[in-house]
Amino acid sequence: METVIECDHLRKRYRSTVAVDDVSFTVRRGEIFGILGPNGAGKTTTVECLSGLRTPDSGQLRVLGLDPRRDRQALRLRVGVQLQESQLQDKLRLGEALELFSSFYPRPADWRVLADELGLAGKLDTPFAKLSGGQKQRLSIALALVGDPEVAVLDELTTGLDPQARRDTWELIEQVRARGVTIVLVTHFMEEAERLCDRIAVIDSGRTVAIDTPAGLVARVEAEQRVRFRPSVPMRDELLTELPEVTSVAWHGPTVVVTGTGNLLHAVTSVLARNQIVALELRVEQASLDDAFVALTGRTIENGAEA
Amino acid sequence: MTAFAKLTRSELRVFLREPLAVFFGVAFPAILVVVLGSVPSFRRPDKDIGGLRVIDLYTTISIALTLGLLGLQLMPQILAGYRERGILRRLSTTPVHPALLLAAQLLTGLLTAVAAVVLLFAVARVGFTVPIPRQLLGFLVAFVLSAAALFALGLLVAAIAPTRSAASAIGIPLFFPVMFFAGLYAPRETMPSVINRIGDFTPLGAGEQAMHDAMIGSWPHAWALLVPVGYVLVCGTAAARLFRWE
Repeated sequence: METVIECDHLRKRYRSTVAVDDVSFTVRRGEIFGILGPNGAGKTTTVECLSGLRTPDSGQLRVLGLDPRRDRQALRLRVGVQLQESQLQDKLRLGEALELFSSFYPRPADWRVLADELGLAGKLDTPFAKLSGGQKQRLSIALALVGDPEVAVLDELTTGLDPQARRDTWELIEQVRARGVTIVLVTHFMEEAERLCDRIAVIDSGRTVAIDTPAGLVARVEAEQRVRFRPSVPMRDELLTELPEVTSVAWHGPTVVVTGTGNLLHAVTSVLARNQIVALELRVEQASLDDAFVALTGRTIENGAEA
Repeated sequence: MTAFAKLTRSELRVFLREPLAVFFGVAFPAILVVVLGSVPSFRRPDKDIGGLRVIDLYTTISIALTLGLLGLQLMPQILAGYRERGILRRLSTTPVHPALLLAAQLLTGLLTAVAAVVLLFAVARVGFTVPIPRQLLGFLVAFVLSAAALFALGLLVAAIAPTRSAASAIGIPLFFPVMFFAGLYAPRETMPSVINRIGDFTPLGAGEQAMHDAMIGSWPHAWALLVPVGYVLVCGTAAARLFRWE
């Protein structure tokens, strides 16, 4: 498949801090490519370099075959960017903003159709300050798409949105991709990355630590399983730890969490049945992208703390 | 329409939707003239100020006030706000350079000042028989140079102020001395000459002098035009070098 973005050993530092140490990935035409990492991992700096807003200290960057710095004017006609925390004038109306931004491009998308697709058709006369968080975010996406770009870079798309608005936005991104736009999605939400992305680059402390499909990342840690239940009567740990499938047993109050490999669930339920113990609130937990992230970086994404 | 024309139209629209900005930018100087003109003694010639009336002096002082309000208060806050809120950054991801938005904002400021001056002259002429400037070309030159000097100063404030509130923290303390030397609190004609000598070096001390000279029929003194030009060059260059887009 055709490559639209090549990022090779990108490095960028600000004064004494290294924002991006060594980031490499390629993005193929038509995919939703996720850049996933905790706050401060260097995600935004990476996409700012891709968008020609910052000059990397070293590394090779090609976007649609262009050098983002040298060919920035050509790039801007073909790449739409939605940045974090970019606002508009309070009193500028939504429709006016779309019309204004569409006038910057020689062959813009029809901004009225775009507003309609983004569910903003009823808000054309609403001033920016009166829009809800979700509407502002959709307008931001619309402004990134109004030049009819081949690539859209979306940075922290759903930060600050409520769960419903977040799900609506995800649907929207899938629609945009369906129109053939390649999407680079920066996020620190696991659920978002898992749901939307074809492939994900996991970035931690300015370095790419893995690039794979969401399922591929999860598969790296899937050997581990967890079975969680509350035994109906008191039981000894040894019943479980003697099983070859079990690697550890931990208690959280009345609930026991059994970690292991192989056919763990069958082994555990068999031994319980033989001892007339009923497993209440039985749950089998499989590895998630969260677990994959912890395995790859040694920390959880939410707080950036050591796991 | 070009991107610049569209940006200017959008800046004008946004400005006209801010009632406070329109009041202070356009109407306030005319209101000041009405208030001063309602004092009977200000409508009588006064030999202490060269046989002119106080209301005559305050016509050009009010124009200086418009330029001070726009250049040192409204504009730096708007531009620093555009940076603070990421509007300039958003523009820099489009084919349009964010400098075009600054230019559109400056043009909006100039159009606002022109509207304020037209309203002011209409009110002063109808209400208090203040004549239109006798040396009209000289007046226009003095007005445009004074506006350019104040806007360049405003751009410099916006360039060094990281936020909207920082812009007002720099702009407002600048506003008072600039207006003092322009004669807002007491006309130059009533000031000690040493104050006026200092005032000659300030943008509106010189600019107001130039507009006043043209009002009463003489071509502005070269010095009074050179000082604003100096401010345009120095502040404009410094603003261009120091301006940060994010």
